[in-house]
Amino acid sequence: MAAIVRYNLLTKPQFVAALPGAVQLRLQSTQAPPPGTPPPQTKTKFGPLADEDRIFTNLYGRHDWRLKGAQKRGDWYKTKEIVLKGPDWIINEIKTSGLRGRGGAGFPSGMKWSFMNKPGDGRPKYLVVNADEGEPGTCKDREIMRHDPHKLVEGCLIAGRAMGAQAAYIYIRGEFYNEASNMQLAIAEAYQAGLIGKNACGSGYNFDVFMHRGAGAYICGEETALIESLEGKQGKPRLKPPFPADVGLFGCPTTVTNVETVAVAPTICRRGGNWFASFGRTRNSGTKLFNISGHVNRPCTVEEEMSIPLKELIERHCGGVIGGWDNLLGVIPGGSSTPIIPRKVCDDVIMDFDGLIAAQTSLGTAAIIVMDKSTDVIKAIARLISFYKHESCGQCTPCREGIGWMNKIMTRFVKGDAQPSEIDMLWEISKQIEGHTICALGDGAAWPVQGLIRHFRPEIEKRMQQHAQQSKRATN
Amino acid sequence: MIRAPLVKALGALGSPTHQIASRAVRTSAVLAQTPAKAPEKIEVFVDDIPVMVLPGTTVLQAAAEVGVEIPRFCYHERLAVAGNCRMCLVEVEKSPKPVAACAMPVMKGWRIKTNSDLTRKAREGVMEFLLMNHPLDCPICDQGGECDLQDQAMAFGSDRSRFTDINYTGKRAVEDKDIGPLVKTVMTRCIHCTRCVRFASEIAGVDDLGTTGRGNDMQIGTYVEKLFLTELSGNVIDLCPVGALTNKPYSFVARPWEIRKVDSIDVLDAVGSNIVVSTRTNEVLRILPRENEDVNEEWLADKSRFACDGLKRQRLVAPMVRMPNGELQAVEWEGALIAVAKALQKAKGQVAGIAGQLADVEAMVALKDLVNRLDGELLVTEQDFIKGSGIEVRSSYLLNSTIAGLEQADAVLLVGTNPRYEAPLVNTRLRKAYVHNELQIASIGPKIDLSYQHNNLGADPNLVKDVCNGSHAFSKVLEGAKKPAIIIGVDVLERPDGAAIHATISEYCKKLKKPDWNPFNVLHNSASQVGAFDVGYQPGIQAVLQAQPKVLFLLNADAGKVTRDQLPKDCFVVYIGSHGDNGASIADAVLPGAAYTEKQAIYVNTEGRPQQTLPGVSPPGMAREDWKILRALSEVVGKPLAYDNLDELRARLESLAPHLTRLGELQPASGGESVAKPSISISSTPIDVKQKELRDYFMTDAISRASPTMAKCISAVNKQQRQDEARRCAAV
Repeated sequence: MAAIVRYNLLTKPQFVAALPGAVQLRLQSTQAPPPGTPPPQTKTKFGPLADEDRIFTNLYGRHDWRLKGAQKRGDWYKTKEIVLKGPDWIINEIKTSGLRGRGGAGFPSGMKWSFMNKPGDGRPKYLVVNADEGEPGTCKDREIMRHDPHKLVEGCLIAGRAMGAQAAYIYIRGEFYNEASNMQLAIAEAYQAGLIGKNACGSGYNFDVFMHRGAGAYICGEETALIESLEGKQGKPRLKPPFPADVGLFGCPTTVTNVETVAVAPTICRRGGNWFASFGRTRNSGTKLFNISGHVNRPCTVEEEMSIPLKELIERHCGGVIGGWDNLLGVIPGGSSTPIIPRKVCDDVIMDFDGLIAAQTSLGTAAIIVMDKSTDVIKAIARLISFYKHESCGQCTPCREGIGWMNKIMTRFVKGDAQPSEIDMLWEISKQIEGHTICALGDGAAWPVQGLIRHFRPEIEKRMQQHAQQSKRATN
Repeated sequence: MIRAPLVKALGALGSPTHQIASRAVRTSAVLAQTPAKAPEKIEVFVDDIPVMVLPGTTVLQAAAEVGVEIPRFCYHERLAVAGNCRMCLVEVEKSPKPVAACAMPVMKGWRIKTNSDLTRKAREGVMEFLLMNHPLDCPICDQGGECDLQDQAMAFGSDRSRFTDINYTGKRAVEDKDIGPLVKTVMTRCIHCTRCVRFASEIAGVDDLGTTGRGNDMQIGTYVEKLFLTELSGNVIDLCPVGALTNKPYSFVARPWEIRKVDSIDVLDAVGSNIVVSTRTNEVLRILPRENEDVNEEWLADKSRFACDGLKRQRLVAPMVRMPNGELQAVEWEGALIAVAKALQKAKGQVAGIAGQLADVEAMVALKDLVNRLDGELLVTEQDFIKGSGIEVRSSYLLNSTIAGLEQADAVLLVGTNPRYEAPLVNTRLRKAYVHNELQIASIGPKIDLSYQHNNLGADPNLVKDVCNGSHAFSKVLEGAKKPAIIIGVDVLERPDGAAIHATISEYCKKLKKPDWNPFNVLHNSASQVGAFDVGYQPGIQAVLQAQPKVLFLLNADAGKVTRDQLPKDCFVVYIGSHGDNGASIADAVLPGAAYTEKQAIYVNTEGRPQQTLPGVSPPGMAREDWKILRALSEVVGKPLAYDNLDELRARLESLAPHLTRLGELQPASGGESVAKPSISISSTPIDVKQKELRDYFMTDAISRASPTMAKCISAVNKQQRQDEARRCAAV
C-alpha cells in the first residue's frame, strides 16, 4: 500500500488551491529562488553511490543495531542542536534537500511537514509513521527497522519537532515480528538514554514515541485507513477533505509519513540539504533504497543514488538478470501497484519519479520486480489482482465490485478462456475503477492490468487463440 | 467534520481520549463549517448556472439549490456522509478526477458539470459495478417499483450488461440474516451503502449493525447472530435503497402501484407522527412515515409502523347489547341505540363519560355536548393527571419546548419518564441534541437505557425538590444553560403527590425561562390527552367512580382502569370504540366505532399541535365514525346535537377551542400564571416509569394489543433475552 499512499492527495485540485499563496507563488516563480529551494543539479550521470554517502550504513545487519552501535555510526550525534534549531530551520533543510516522500506518491516532504505549522487551536499534533509495509515486492522499511531502528527513532524526534508534534505513533505491520521487537527495544533504549520522552536529548522538548502493531491488512497502509486502525476502528480509508493535517488521528492534526522519509531526516539535517540535493536529477534528488527481487542472480536491497538507470542498477548490484539482459521479459519498477514495463523500455529507463512517469509507470516504493522470459506474465498479473481483490476494504463500490470482476476476468485470461473483445472491456473496467474510489487502492489495482494490456496484448490474444483451438479439438 | 457523529457515538464509551477526540473533531468541524466572522457566500456554477452558497456546502447541496438532483445511494441528509457508493461522482472543471458530490465542499468559482460525458460515464461505471453482483430479482423483490437502484439503473445505467462472467463463475450470493420479526433481509441484494449501519449507530443509538469481512466478502449484519432490537428498526426499511431490508409483515403483499396512499396521523403515542397509510381493497396494508420537520422528521417508531395489522383483528363490527344471561349479543343499530337511550332517560342526569387513549377530538366534543345536554357534568380522561387548577393553564400540560425545539436544548432533566419508549421520536431529538449540541441530560427515576449517556440522579422524588431549590449539582447545569428543559412524564403526575411535583417544577421553570423558550414540558403518551384537556375534560377516573353514575360512556377507554366492581350494580356502561378490548368486555352496550385509519378526525399531540387523520379505508361491518354514533344517539334520546356533518362539528369545535382547527399549526401557549400551591407535599415513594424495557413498548393500546406483529416482537425480545442469559451463564 505504501507505494500509492498519497496519489489521490496530489491530484486533487483543491489541494493545490489550499496551499498558502506564498507556496503557490514559489512554485510558479522563475526569479531568484526563495529559501528552501534545492540547488540546481549539474551532474548528468547518476550512480553508483559512494560508500561515504550512504545514509543506511547498517542495511545488512552486519553491525550492532542497538544504541551503542548506532551512535558509533553517527546516529544521535548532535541531535539536541538540531532540535534546538527549531522547526523552521529543519523544514528549510528538508525543503532544500528536495526530499520527496518515500512511500510512493513522492509528495515534497518539506512542504507536507510545513502544513502542520499552522497556528494551533489547542489540539495536540501527531506524527504517524507508516511502517505498514505491505506492498508486494517492497522490503525497504523492514531493513531499516530491524537493522537501523535508531535512525527511525531519531527521525521521529526531528520530524516531530519540525511539525510541533507531541508524539509519534509508529504503525508497524503485524507480520513484522522481529522488526517490531527491535523497534521496541530501540525506543526503550532511547527513552532510557533520555533521547526521547520528557526533555528529549536535553533540548527541553517533550516527545513520545509509541509503536502500534497492525493486524496485517494491506489497506491499513493507506494513511487515513491507518489512522482509523490506530484509533481502533476498521481500517477503512476516510473521505478527504478533511485531510489528516486538519483532522487526523483522534481528530487532531496529523502527518503520516513513510519510514524511509523519516529515517533520512536526521542525516539530511546533519549533512545539510545541499548534500542530499546533490544526488539525482532536479526534483528527484537524494538517495533511495531499492529492492530488487525476482529473476536476478542476487536479489538485494541497496541504497543507491536516485536517477540511476535501471539496467545499471540491476547489473551492478544484482549480478544481472538470470540468463542475461536479453532474457528479460519485463520489470515492475515500483512495487506491485505500478504498471509493468517491457524489456525495450527497461533498456534505458531512469529510476526516479519523472523518469518512470515518462515511461507510463511510477517509482512507487522503488521495489523492482524483475521477470525473465520464463514468466507467465498474465498469471503474474492475475496473481497481483487476486491480491488486491483480497485486500480491498469493501467500502466503496468501484473497488469492491470492480476488482472482483477484474479478478474473474484475469483468472480466465490465464487459461485463455475468453474472447479478444474482453481485453478492451477489461481495460475499460480498469479505467472505471481508477480515480473513482475513496483511496488509491483502486488505482493501484487498476494499473497492473493497464500495464499488462498496454505492453503484452499480443501475449493475451495468443493464449486465447490457443485455448479456442484446444477446446475446438476437444469438442471434435 | 464528516464523522463527528460517529466519533461522538464512540465517545459515549467515556474514555478520556475519545472525549478529547470528539471535542477536537467538533472544534474543527465548527471551524470548518462556520468561520468566526459572518460567513461570506461564495459563487459556484452548476451546469453553468451561478449559485451563491455558504462555504462548506457540498457539491450535492449546491446542485440541489439550483434544482439539479445528483443521483446517490449512500448519501442521506440525516445521516453522516459515507461517500462510499460513488454514484454521486460529478465532473468539476480543472479536476482530473470526478469528485464525490456528497462529501466534497465547494470551492470558490468551481464549475460543476452534472451532465457531462465524464460524469455520465462515471455514473454508468458505478451503476454497472453495483448491478454486477446484484441478483436482478426485481420480479420477486418487494422493493420493486419503489427501488432506488431500479430507478437509477433506468436513468443512469447502461442498456445492456457486459458481465460475461455470469456464464462462468456467476454472482455473489450472501446468506440472509434473521434480525427480527419486523425487518426481512435478502442480503444478496445489498449494495453496501451502510445507511442502515449509520442509522442504527447515529439515530437509534444501538451499535447492533455493522460490516464484517472485506472487499467483495463484506457483509452488513449484526456481527454475531442476534435480533436488531430497537424501537426504531423499521426505519432501516425506508432507508435501504434496494430490497435488502424490507418490511417483513408486508412481504409479498402488494406492489406500490396497486396501493392507494392516504396522508394521515399516527395515534399510538402522543407525538402525532405524520404517516402515509397504504391501502388496497379497503384494507390497510402498511404504514410509512411522512416527512414533517416539526414532528417526526422522516422517521417512524416501530409500534406506529407495524401495529397496523391490529386494525384487522379484534374489531367490533356490529352493535352489541348485553343480554340478561350476561352475554353480548349482536343487534341492529336501532336496537342498540334504543337500549342506550332508555338507560339514559332513566339516568336522569347521572351520566358520565370517560375518554380513552385513542379518542379523537370530534368524538370527545360530541360526547361532552351529549352528556351536558343530558344534564351530566362528569367528563374525564382515562389517563390520570394532576387535579384541580393544574390544567387551567394550557402550558401546564404541554411539551412547551416543542419537539423540534428540544434539538436546541443544552440541558435536559427527565422526571419519571422514559422518552425512548413513551415517545421514541422525541427521544431521537434528544439524542440528536446529545450528539450535535453537547446536550447534558439527567434523569430522576429508575435506571433506564435511553440510547445515549445520561446522568441518573436517583429515583427519590425529593431530588425534584433539591434540583428545584437550586441545591443540587444539576441545578447549576440547568441554570447555566442557554435552553434548559425539564420533561415530566405523565406516570409521575398520576401519583398522589403529582401535583406537588408539578407545582415545584413549574415554579422552578419560571426561573429558568428565557424569552422564546419555555423549559416546562409534559410528555404525554396518549394521543387524546391534550385534545381532551383543550375541550374541557378533567383528568382521572376517580371523580366518575365517586359519583356512581347511572350511565357511563367509555369512549375508546380500554386501559382497563375502570372495572365493573368499582361501578354501581345498576350502572349502564356504553362502550364506543373500535376494538374488543377491556372497555367492551365490561360494557352493557357496545357501539362499534372507527379506528384512526377510518375517520377524519383531529388529534392534538403532546406539544399541542392539532393534526387530522384522513380515512384510508371505511370502518368494518356496521362500525361508524364515533361522533356520528353520538349524534345518532342524541337523536334517539331526543336531545339532538346541533351538528349534522363534520364541518358543523368543526365549527362547534372552533367556538370551543379556536386553535384546534388550525391544523398542523402550533399555538404557543402562554405560560407563567401561578399555579395554586397544592396541599400535599412530595412523598418519598420512588419515582417509577411504566415502560422500562423494549418489551414494555410494543403493546400499550387496543390496536397494538390486537396486533400479531407486536406479539411476535415481544416474543422475539423474550427469546433474545433468554439467549443472552444462557450465553452469560455459559460464560460463567
